[in-house]
Amino acid sequence: MSNKKQIVTIKGTKDGLTLHVDDTCSFDEVLKELDHKLLRNYVDDDQPMITVSIQLGNRYLNEEQLEQLREVVRGHNKLVIHSIESDVITKEDAMEWMKDSEITSMFKVVRSGQVIDVRGDVLLVGDVNPGGKIAATGNIYVMGHLRGIAHAGINGDTNAIIAASYMKPSQLRIANYISRSPDYDTEGVYMECGYIDLNQEKIIIDRLQLLNQKRPDLSGLERRMLNG
Amino acid sequence: MGESIVITSGKGGVGKTTTTANVGTALALMGKKVCLVDTDIGLRNLDVVMGLENRIIYDIVDVIQERCKLKQALIKDKRFEALSLLPAAQTSDKSDLTPEGMVKIVQELKQDFDYIIIDCPAGIEQGYKNAVAGADKAIVVTTPEKSSVRDADRIIGLLEQEDIESPRLIVNRIRNHMVEQGDMLDVDEIVNILSIDLLGIVADDDEVIKASNHGEPIAFQPNTKASLAYRNISRRILGESVPLLSLQEDKGMFAKVKKFFGIRS
Repeated sequence: MSNKKQIVTIKGTKDGLTLHVDDTCSFDEVLKELDHKLLRNYVDDDQPMITVSIQLGNRYLNEEQLEQLREVVRGHNKLVIHSIESDVITKEDAMEWMKDSEITSMFKVVRSGQVIDVRGDVLLVGDVNPGGKIAATGNIYVMGHLRGIAHAGINGDTNAIIAASYMKPSQLRIANYISRSPDYDTEGVYMECGYIDLNQEKIIIDRLQLLNQKRPDLSGLERRMLNG
Repeated sequence: MGESIVITSGKGGVGKTTTTANVGTALALMGKKVCLVDTDIGLRNLDVVMGLENRIIYDIVDVIQERCKLKQALIKDKRFEALSLLPAAQTSDKSDLTPEGMVKIVQELKQDFDYIIIDCPAGIEQGYKNAVAGADKAIVVTTPEKSSVRDADRIIGLLEQEDIESPRLIVNRIRNHMVEQGDMLDVDEIVNILSIDLLGIVADDDEVIKASNHGEPIAFQPNTKASLAYRNISRRILGESVPLLSLQEDKGMFAKVKKFFGIRS
Protein backbone atom coordinates (compact mmCIF):
# COMPACT_ATOMS: atom_id res chain seq x y z
CA MET A 1 0.00 0.00 0.00
CA SER A 2 1.45 3.29 -0.99
CA ASN A 3 1.34 6.03 1.57
CA LYS A 4 0.94 8.74 -1.00
CA LYS A 5 -2.77 8.92 -0.40
CA GLN A 6 -3.98 8.24 3.08
CA ILE A 7 -7.27 6.41 3.38
CA VAL A 8 -7.91 7.71 6.88
CA THR A 9 -6.54 11.00 8.06
CA ILE A 10 -6.70 11.76 11.76
CA LYS A 11 -6.82 15.30 12.99
CA GLY A 12 -6.87 16.41 16.56
CA THR A 13 -9.05 19.38 17.46
CA LYS A 14 -9.95 20.84 20.81
CA ASP A 15 -13.23 18.89 20.67
CA GLY A 16 -11.52 15.56 20.10
CA LEU A 17 -10.49 13.64 17.02
CA THR A 18 -11.79 14.12 13.51
CA LEU A 19 -11.31 11.25 11.11
CA HIS A 20 -11.41 12.15 7.46
CA VAL A 21 -12.15 9.06 5.41
CA ASP A 22 -11.18 8.92 1.74
CA ASP A 23 -14.31 8.40 -0.37
CA THR A 24 -12.80 6.64 -3.38
CA CYS A 25 -11.51 3.39 -1.88
CA SER A 26 -13.58 0.35 -0.90
CA PHE A 27 -15.36 0.11 2.42
CA ASP A 28 -13.38 -2.94 3.49
CA GLU A 29 -10.18 -1.02 3.04
CA VAL A 30 -11.57 1.77 5.21
CA LEU A 31 -12.39 -0.61 8.04
CA LYS A 32 -8.99 -2.28 7.86
CA GLU A 33 -7.10 0.98 7.72
CA LEU A 34 -9.15 2.51 10.52
CA ASP A 35 -8.56 -0.45 12.78
CA HIS A 36 -4.89 -0.31 12.02
CA LYS A 37 -4.54 3.44 12.58
CA LEU A 38 -6.46 3.50 15.82
CA LEU A 39 -4.44 0.61 17.17
CA ARG A 40 -1.27 2.56 16.63
CA ASN A 41 -2.56 5.56 18.49
CA TYR A 42 -2.43 3.98 21.88
CA VAL A 43 -3.91 5.98 24.77
CA ASP A 44 -3.33 5.69 28.46
CA ASP A 45 -6.02 4.32 30.74
CA ASP A 46 -6.06 7.40 32.93
CA GLN A 47 -6.73 9.78 30.05
CA PRO A 48 -10.25 11.10 29.63
CA MET A 49 -12.58 9.76 26.92
CA ILE A 50 -11.94 11.15 23.47
CA THR A 51 -14.82 12.11 21.24
CA VAL A 52 -14.52 11.20 17.62
CA SER A 53 -16.33 12.63 14.66
CA ILE A 54 -16.02 10.92 11.32
CA GLN A 55 -16.23 12.76 8.00
CA LEU A 56 -17.16 10.44 5.17
CA GLY A 57 -16.96 12.93 2.31
CA ASN A 58 -18.95 11.78 -0.72
CA ARG A 59 -19.40 8.25 0.56
CA TYR A 60 -22.81 6.85 1.37
CA LEU A 61 -23.05 4.16 4.05
CA ASN A 62 -26.15 2.16 4.82
CA GLU A 63 -27.22 1.32 8.36
CA GLU A 64 -25.30 -1.97 8.42
CA GLN A 65 -22.06 -0.36 7.27
CA LEU A 66 -22.48 2.47 9.78
CA GLU A 67 -22.83 -0.10 12.52
CA GLN A 68 -19.65 -1.86 11.34
CA LEU A 69 -17.82 1.45 11.40
CA ARG A 70 -19.02 2.18 14.92
CA GLU A 71 -18.03 -1.29 15.97
CA VAL A 72 -14.44 -0.72 14.83
CA VAL A 73 -14.14 2.59 16.66
CA ARG A 74 -15.78 1.25 19.81
CA GLY A 75 -13.32 -1.65 19.75
CA HIS A 76 -10.67 0.75 20.89
CA ASN A 77 -10.32 2.15 24.33
CA LYS A 78 -11.37 5.64 25.23
CA LEU A 79 -13.06 6.50 21.98
CA VAL A 80 -16.64 7.73 21.80
CA ILE A 81 -18.34 8.46 18.51
CA HIS A 82 -19.85 11.90 18.50
CA SER A 83 -21.05 12.02 14.94
CA ILE A 84 -20.69 10.43 11.54
CA GLU A 85 -21.25 12.85 8.72
CA SER A 86 -21.59 12.31 5.05
CA ASP A 87 -22.07 14.82 2.26
CA VAL A 88 -24.49 12.57 0.41
CA ILE A 89 -27.93 11.19 1.23
CA THR A 90 -30.25 8.87 -0.63
CA LYS A 91 -33.20 10.13 -2.62
CA GLU A 92 -35.43 8.45 -0.12
CA ASP A 93 -33.97 10.39 2.80
CA ALA A 94 -34.18 13.57 0.79
CA MET A 95 -37.86 12.95 0.15
CA GLU A 96 -38.42 12.35 3.83
CA TRP A 97 -36.70 15.62 4.64
CA MET A 98 -38.81 17.39 2.12
CA LYS A 99 -41.98 16.00 3.63
CA ASP A 100 -40.83 17.21 7.03
CA SER A 101 -40.36 20.74 5.79
CA GLU A 102 -43.33 21.04 3.46
CA ILE A 103 -46.17 23.35 4.37
CA THR A 104 -49.63 21.84 4.27
CA SER A 105 -52.34 24.45 3.77
CA MET A 106 -55.80 23.96 5.19
CA PHE A 107 -58.91 26.05 4.96
CA LYS A 108 -61.34 25.19 7.72
CA VAL A 109 -62.48 25.79 11.27
CA VAL A 110 -61.10 23.16 13.63
CA ARG A 111 -64.04 22.65 15.96
CA SER A 112 -64.38 21.09 19.39
CA GLY A 113 -63.45 17.40 19.23
CA GLN A 114 -61.63 17.68 15.91
CA VAL A 115 -57.92 16.98 15.60
CA ILE A 116 -55.62 18.02 12.75
CA ASP A 117 -52.38 16.06 12.59
CA VAL A 118 -49.85 17.09 9.97
CA ARG A 119 -46.35 16.04 9.00
CA GLY A 120 -44.15 19.06 8.36
CA ASP A 121 -45.49 22.58 8.80
CA VAL A 122 -49.15 23.49 8.71
CA LEU A 123 -50.82 26.69 7.59
CA LEU A 124 -54.39 26.85 8.80
CA VAL A 125 -56.59 29.53 7.32
CA GLY A 126 -59.41 29.49 9.84
CA ASP A 127 -59.87 29.14 13.58
CA VAL A 128 -58.99 26.50 16.13
CA ASN A 129 -61.93 26.55 18.52
CA PRO A 130 -61.82 25.57 22.20
CA GLY A 131 -61.67 21.78 22.43
CA GLY A 132 -60.10 21.50 18.97
CA LYS A 133 -56.47 20.55 18.41
CA ILE A 134 -53.90 21.16 15.73
CA ALA A 135 -50.61 19.26 15.75
CA ALA A 136 -47.61 19.17 13.42
CA THR A 137 -44.09 17.77 13.39
CA GLY A 138 -42.92 21.22 12.30
CA ASN A 139 -44.29 24.71 12.78
CA ILE A 140 -47.89 25.79 13.07
CA TYR A 141 -49.19 28.96 11.49
CA VAL A 142 -52.79 29.92 12.16
CA MET A 143 -54.38 32.69 10.12
CA GLY A 144 -57.32 33.06 12.42
CA HIS A 145 -58.19 32.63 16.06
CA LEU A 146 -56.25 30.04 18.01
CA ARG A 147 -58.48 29.20 20.97
CA GLY A 148 -57.86 25.48 21.32
CA ILE A 149 -54.69 23.41 21.63
CA ALA A 150 -51.71 23.70 19.29
CA HIS A 151 -48.81 21.26 19.43
CA ALA A 152 -45.77 22.01 17.26
CA GLY A 153 -42.74 19.78 16.89
CA ILE A 154 -44.58 16.67 18.07
CA ASN A 155 -41.52 14.52 17.33
CA GLY A 156 -39.37 16.57 19.65
CA ASP A 157 -38.24 19.51 17.50
CA THR A 158 -37.68 22.21 20.11
CA ASN A 159 -37.06 24.80 17.42
CA ALA A 160 -40.64 24.58 16.20
CA ILE A 161 -42.83 27.63 16.63
CA ILE A 162 -46.54 28.41 16.76
CA ALA A 163 -47.76 31.62 15.19
CA ALA A 164 -51.31 32.93 15.14
CA SER A 165 -53.19 36.06 14.08
CA TYR A 166 -55.05 35.87 17.37
CA MET A 167 -53.67 33.91 20.30
CA LYS A 168 -55.90 32.76 23.09
CA PRO A 169 -54.99 29.09 23.29
CA SER A 170 -56.10 26.79 26.04
CA GLN A 171 -52.70 25.10 25.71
CA LEU A 172 -49.55 25.58 23.69
CA ARG A 173 -47.26 22.60 23.33
CA ILE A 174 -43.89 22.53 21.62
CA ALA A 175 -41.93 19.26 21.63
CA ASN A 176 -42.18 18.15 25.29
CA TYR A 177 -42.98 21.57 26.69
CA ILE A 178 -46.50 22.51 27.68
CA SER A 179 -47.88 25.85 28.72
CA ARG A 180 -51.48 26.52 29.54
CA SER A 181 -53.69 29.56 29.69
CA PRO A 182 -53.92 31.37 33.03
CA ASP A 183 -56.79 30.51 35.37
CA TYR A 184 -58.21 34.01 35.27
CA ASP A 185 -60.04 35.41 32.26
CA THR A 186 -57.78 37.09 29.76
CA GLU A 187 -58.09 38.85 26.47
CA GLY A 188 -56.23 37.17 23.63
CA VAL A 189 -53.32 38.80 21.85
CA TYR A 190 -53.00 39.64 18.18
CA MET A 191 -50.13 38.66 15.87
CA GLU A 192 -48.03 36.72 18.32
CA CYS A 193 -46.06 33.52 18.33
CA GLY A 194 -44.91 30.91 20.80
CA TYR A 195 -41.43 29.39 20.89
CA ILE A 196 -39.21 27.64 23.41
CA ASP A 197 -36.66 29.77 25.20
CA LEU A 198 -34.01 27.22 26.17
CA ASN A 199 -32.48 29.51 28.79
CA GLN A 200 -35.75 29.81 30.65
CA GLU A 201 -36.79 26.26 29.78
CA LYS A 202 -40.30 27.27 28.88
CA ILE A 203 -42.56 28.43 26.10
CA ILE A 204 -42.51 32.18 25.55
CA ILE A 205 -45.21 34.13 23.76
CA ASP A 206 -43.91 37.12 21.89
CA ARG A 207 -44.50 39.42 18.95
CA LEU A 208 -44.33 37.84 15.51
CA GLN A 209 -41.77 40.41 14.42
CA LEU A 210 -39.19 38.93 16.79
CA LEU A 211 -39.24 35.57 15.03
CA ASN A 212 -36.50 36.35 12.54
CA GLN A 213 -34.16 37.10 15.44
CA LYS A 214 -35.14 34.08 17.50
CA ARG A 215 -35.33 31.56 14.66
CA PRO A 216 -33.31 32.99 11.76
CA ASP A 217 -33.28 29.71 9.82
CA LEU A 218 -37.03 29.25 9.98
CA SER A 219 -37.46 29.13 6.24
CA GLY A 220 -35.66 26.76 3.95
CA LEU A 221 -35.03 23.07 3.70
CA GLU A 222 -31.65 23.20 5.40
CA ARG A 223 -33.02 23.67 8.88
CA ARG A 224 -34.41 20.13 8.75
CA MET A 225 -31.09 18.79 7.55
CA LEU A 226 -29.27 20.57 10.33
CA ASN A 227 -31.69 19.50 12.97
CA GLY A 228 -31.98 15.99 11.67
CA MET B 1 -91.52 18.59 -2.43
CA GLY B 2 -90.90 19.80 1.10
CA GLU B 3 -87.78 20.63 3.03
CA SER B 4 -86.58 18.88 6.16
CA ILE B 5 -84.80 20.76 8.93
CA VAL B 6 -83.25 19.14 11.98
CA ILE B 7 -83.04 21.13 15.21
CA THR B 8 -80.07 20.05 17.27
CA SER B 9 -77.67 21.30 19.94
CA GLY B 10 -75.52 18.54 21.39
CA LYS B 11 -76.17 19.71 24.93
CA GLY B 12 -79.45 18.98 26.65
CA GLY B 13 -81.80 21.57 28.07
CA VAL B 14 -80.97 24.44 25.74
CA GLY B 15 -84.44 24.50 24.20
CA LYS B 16 -84.43 22.21 21.17
CA THR B 17 -87.96 20.98 21.77
CA THR B 18 -89.31 24.46 22.54
CA THR B 19 -87.62 25.79 19.41
CA THR B 20 -89.02 22.95 17.29
CA ALA B 21 -92.53 23.57 18.58
CA ASN B 22 -92.38 27.32 18.09
CA VAL B 23 -90.60 27.45 14.76
CA GLY B 24 -93.02 24.82 13.45
CA THR B 25 -96.00 26.72 14.80
CA ALA B 26 -94.79 30.02 13.37
CA LEU B 27 -94.21 28.47 9.95
CA ALA B 28 -97.70 26.99 10.05
CA LEU B 29 -99.12 30.39 11.02
CA MET B 30 -97.59 31.75 7.83
CA GLY B 31 -99.62 29.30 5.83
CA LYS B 32 -97.07 26.52 5.33
CA LYS B 33 -97.90 22.88 5.85
CA VAL B 34 -95.65 21.72 8.64
CA CYS B 35 -94.94 18.36 10.23
CA LEU B 36 -93.03 18.14 13.50
CA VAL B 37 -91.10 14.90 14.05
CA ASP B 38 -89.95 13.92 17.54
CA THR B 39 -86.96 11.55 17.43
CA ASP B 40 -86.20 11.54 21.14
CA ILE B 41 -87.24 7.93 21.65
CA GLY B 42 -87.89 7.08 25.28
CA LEU B 43 -87.94 10.72 26.41
CA ARG B 44 -90.56 12.28 24.23
CA ASN B 45 -91.57 15.84 25.06
CA LEU B 46 -92.67 17.52 21.90
CA ASP B 47 -96.22 16.19 22.19
CA VAL B 48 -96.44 17.64 25.72
CA VAL B 49 -95.20 21.07 24.67
CA MET B 50 -97.68 21.04 21.79
CA GLY B 51 -100.47 19.88 24.12
CA LEU B 52 -101.19 16.83 21.98
CA GLU B 53 -100.13 14.09 24.40
CA ASN B 54 -103.64 12.69 24.86
CA ARG B 55 -104.13 12.17 21.13
CA ILE B 56 -101.23 9.77 20.56
CA ILE B 57 -102.27 6.35 19.30
CA TYR B 58 -99.34 5.24 17.13
CA ASP B 59 -95.79 6.57 17.14
CA ILE B 60 -92.71 6.70 14.90
CA VAL B 61 -91.46 3.25 15.95
CA ASP B 62 -94.85 1.77 15.06
CA VAL B 63 -94.41 3.26 11.59
CA ILE B 64 -90.87 1.90 11.19
CA GLN B 65 -91.89 -1.55 12.37
CA GLU B 66 -94.92 -1.40 10.09
CA ARG B 67 -97.55 -1.76 12.75
CA CYS B 68 -99.37 1.17 11.16
CA LYS B 69 -99.34 3.50 8.16
CA LEU B 70 -97.48 6.82 8.44
CA LYS B 71 -100.76 8.73 7.99
CA GLN B 72 -102.28 6.90 10.95
CA ALA B 73 -99.48 7.96 13.27
CA LEU B 74 -99.66 11.65 12.31
CA ILE B 75 -101.56 13.83 14.78
CA LYS B 76 -103.32 16.90 13.43
CA ASP B 77 -102.88 19.91 15.66
CA LYS B 78 -105.99 20.80 17.66
CA ARG B 79 -105.73 24.47 16.75
CA PHE B 80 -105.25 24.38 13.02
CA GLU B 81 -105.02 21.99 10.12
CA ALA B 82 -101.65 23.02 8.68
CA LEU B 83 -99.67 21.57 11.57
CA SER B 84 -99.05 17.87 12.27
CA LEU B 85 -96.95 15.92 14.71
CA LEU B 86 -95.26 12.55 14.39
CA PRO B 87 -94.62 11.57 18.02
CA ALA B 88 -91.69 9.58 19.37
CA ALA B 89 -92.18 6.26 21.11
CA GLN B 90 -92.05 6.34 24.87
CA THR B 91 -91.56 2.65 25.63
CA SER B 92 -89.14 1.62 22.88
CA ASP B 93 -85.39 1.82 22.72
CA LYS B 94 -83.30 4.25 20.67
CA SER B 95 -82.02 1.37 18.53
CA ASP B 96 -85.57 0.75 17.24
CA LEU B 97 -85.08 3.79 15.04
CA THR B 98 -82.52 3.57 12.25
CA PRO B 99 -81.07 6.23 9.93
CA GLU B 100 -82.47 4.33 6.93
CA GLY B 101 -85.92 4.23 8.51
CA MET B 102 -85.78 7.96 9.18
CA VAL B 103 -84.78 8.74 5.60
CA LYS B 104 -87.76 6.74 4.36
CA ILE B 105 -90.22 8.47 6.69
CA VAL B 106 -88.90 11.95 5.91
CA GLN B 107 -89.04 11.25 2.17
CA GLU B 108 -92.66 10.21 2.52
CA LEU B 109 -93.53 13.27 4.62
CA LYS B 110 -91.91 15.58 2.08
CA GLN B 111 -94.62 14.63 -0.42
CA ASP B 112 -97.35 16.13 1.74
CA PHE B 113 -95.67 18.88 3.76
CA ASP B 114 -93.73 22.07 3.00
CA TYR B 115 -91.56 21.82 6.08
CA ILE B 116 -90.56 18.84 8.20
CA ILE B 117 -89.03 19.99 11.48
CA ILE B 118 -87.10 17.21 13.23
CA ASP B 119 -86.50 17.48 16.97
CA CYS B 120 -83.15 15.86 17.78
CA PRO B 121 -82.32 14.24 21.12
CA ALA B 122 -79.36 15.52 23.16
CA GLY B 123 -76.01 13.84 22.66
CA ILE B 124 -74.06 12.73 19.62
CA GLU B 125 -74.85 9.03 19.56
CA GLN B 126 -77.43 6.89 17.77
CA GLY B 127 -80.32 9.26 18.47
CA TYR B 128 -78.49 12.18 16.90
CA LYS B 129 -77.49 10.10 13.89
CA ASN B 130 -81.10 9.04 13.35
CA ALA B 131 -82.39 12.59 13.57
CA VAL B 132 -79.81 13.98 11.19
CA ALA B 133 -80.13 11.21 8.61
CA GLY B 134 -83.24 12.54 6.92
CA ALA B 135 -82.46 16.25 7.13
CA ASP B 136 -81.65 18.65 4.28
CA LYS B 137 -80.79 21.53 6.58
CA ALA B 138 -79.87 21.96 10.20
CA ILE B 139 -80.46 24.56 12.89
CA VAL B 140 -78.14 24.54 15.88
CA VAL B 141 -79.56 25.89 19.13
CA THR B 142 -77.26 27.21 21.81
CA THR B 143 -77.55 29.28 24.97
CA PRO B 144 -75.03 31.98 25.89
CA GLU B 145 -73.12 29.61 28.16
CA LYS B 146 -69.61 28.34 27.51
CA SER B 147 -70.52 24.67 27.89
CA SER B 148 -73.43 25.00 25.52
CA VAL B 149 -71.35 26.86 22.92
CA ARG B 150 -68.65 24.20 23.20
CA ASP B 151 -71.18 21.45 22.47
CA ALA B 152 -72.70 23.44 19.64
CA ASP B 153 -69.23 23.72 18.13
CA ARG B 154 -68.82 19.96 18.36
CA ILE B 155 -72.19 19.38 16.72
CA ILE B 156 -71.39 21.80 13.90
CA GLY B 157 -68.19 19.83 13.31
CA LEU B 158 -70.18 16.61 13.09
CA LEU B 159 -72.81 18.17 10.85
CA GLU B 160 -70.06 19.18 8.40
CA GLN B 161 -69.44 15.50 7.78
CA GLU B 162 -73.08 14.91 6.88
CA ASP B 163 -74.66 15.64 3.57
CA ILE B 164 -76.33 18.75 4.93
CA GLU B 165 -76.27 22.43 4.09
CA SER B 166 -74.17 24.59 6.39
CA PRO B 167 -76.15 24.83 9.65
CA ARG B 168 -77.63 28.05 10.98
CA LEU B 169 -77.61 29.24 14.56
CA ILE B 170 -80.27 30.22 17.08
CA VAL B 171 -79.04 31.75 20.33
CA ASN B 172 -81.66 30.97 22.92
CA ARG B 173 -82.35 32.21 26.45
CA ILE B 174 -80.35 35.40 26.32
CA ARG B 175 -80.54 37.35 29.58
CA ASN B 176 -79.79 40.85 28.55
CA HIS B 177 -78.95 42.24 31.98
CA MET B 178 -76.28 39.56 32.40
CA VAL B 179 -74.82 40.22 28.98
CA GLU B 180 -74.62 43.93 29.77
CA GLN B 181 -72.77 43.21 33.00
CA GLY B 182 -70.36 41.00 31.09
CA ASP B 183 -71.44 37.86 32.95
CA MET B 184 -72.81 36.16 29.86
CA LEU B 185 -71.38 35.67 26.39
CA ASP B 186 -72.86 38.13 23.94
CA VAL B 187 -74.27 37.08 20.60
CA ASP B 188 -71.40 38.52 18.55
CA GLU B 189 -68.90 36.53 20.56
CA ILE B 190 -70.84 33.30 20.03
CA VAL B 191 -71.22 33.87 16.30
CA ASN B 192 -67.52 34.75 16.15
CA ILE B 193 -66.54 31.44 17.74
CA LEU B 194 -68.98 29.21 15.89
CA SER B 195 -68.57 31.08 12.59
CA ILE B 196 -71.91 30.07 11.09
CA ASP B 197 -74.85 32.22 10.00
CA LEU B 198 -77.10 33.54 12.73
CA LEU B 199 -80.74 32.67 12.18
CA GLY B 200 -82.15 34.37 15.23
CA ILE B 201 -81.95 35.25 18.88
CA VAL B 202 -84.51 34.57 21.58
CA ALA B 203 -84.52 36.30 24.95
CA ASP B 204 -85.03 34.34 28.13
CA ASP B 205 -88.67 34.82 29.06
CA ASP B 206 -90.82 33.24 31.78
CA GLU B 207 -93.74 33.38 29.36
CA VAL B 208 -92.09 30.71 27.19
CA ILE B 209 -92.02 28.22 30.06
CA LYS B 210 -95.54 29.16 31.07
CA ALA B 211 -96.83 28.63 27.55
CA SER B 212 -95.02 25.30 27.17
CA ASN B 213 -96.55 24.09 30.43
CA HIS B 214 -99.98 24.88 29.08
CA GLY B 215 -99.28 22.97 25.89
CA GLU B 216 -99.60 26.17 23.87
CA PRO B 217 -96.35 27.17 22.13
CA ILE B 218 -95.61 30.85 22.72
CA ALA B 219 -95.60 31.50 18.98
CA PHE B 220 -99.42 31.47 19.12
CA GLN B 221 -99.42 34.59 21.25
CA PRO B 222 -99.47 37.68 19.10
CA ASN B 223 -97.27 40.14 20.96
CA THR B 224 -94.71 38.75 23.38
CA LYS B 225 -91.06 39.31 22.53
CA ALA B 226 -90.34 35.58 22.39
CA SER B 227 -93.17 34.87 19.99
CA LEU B 228 -92.03 37.72 17.78
CA ALA B 229 -88.52 36.26 17.84
CA TYR B 230 -89.79 32.85 16.71
CA ARG B 231 -91.93 34.40 14.00
CA ASN B 232 -88.92 36.33 12.74
CA ILE B 233 -86.87 33.13 12.69
CA SER B 234 -89.57 31.48 10.60
CA ARG B 235 -89.63 34.40 8.19
CA ARG B 236 -85.88 34.06 7.79
CA ILE B 237 -86.32 30.34 7.10
CA LEU B 238 -88.74 31.34 4.35
CA GLY B 239 -86.01 33.54 2.90
CA GLU B 240 -87.12 36.99 4.03
CA SER B 241 -84.51 39.30 5.44
CA VAL B 242 -85.66 40.47 8.85
CA PRO B 243 -83.48 42.53 11.20
CA LEU B 244 -82.65 41.06 14.62
CA LEU B 245 -84.87 42.11 17.50
CA SER B 246 -83.37 44.49 19.99
CA LEU B 247 -82.89 42.87 23.36
CA GLN B 248 -83.06 46.15 25.22
CA GLU B 249 -86.02 46.73 27.48
CA ASP B 250 -88.01 49.85 26.67
CA LYS B 251 -86.48 52.60 28.74
CA GLY B 252 -89.15 55.19 28.31
CA MET B 253 -89.39 58.46 26.48
CA PHE B 254 -86.07 59.95 27.50
CA ALA B 255 -84.04 57.00 26.22
CA LYS B 256 -85.93 57.09 22.94
CA VAL B 257 -85.19 60.78 22.48
CA LYS B 258 -81.52 60.16 23.20
CA LYS B 259 -81.48 57.35 20.70
CA PHE B 260 -83.15 59.58 18.17
CA PHE B 261 -80.32 62.04 18.48
CA GLY B 262 -77.76 59.27 18.33
CA ILE B 263 -76.55 59.68 21.91
CA ARG B 264 -75.39 56.44 23.45
CA SER B 265 -76.85 55.80 26.85
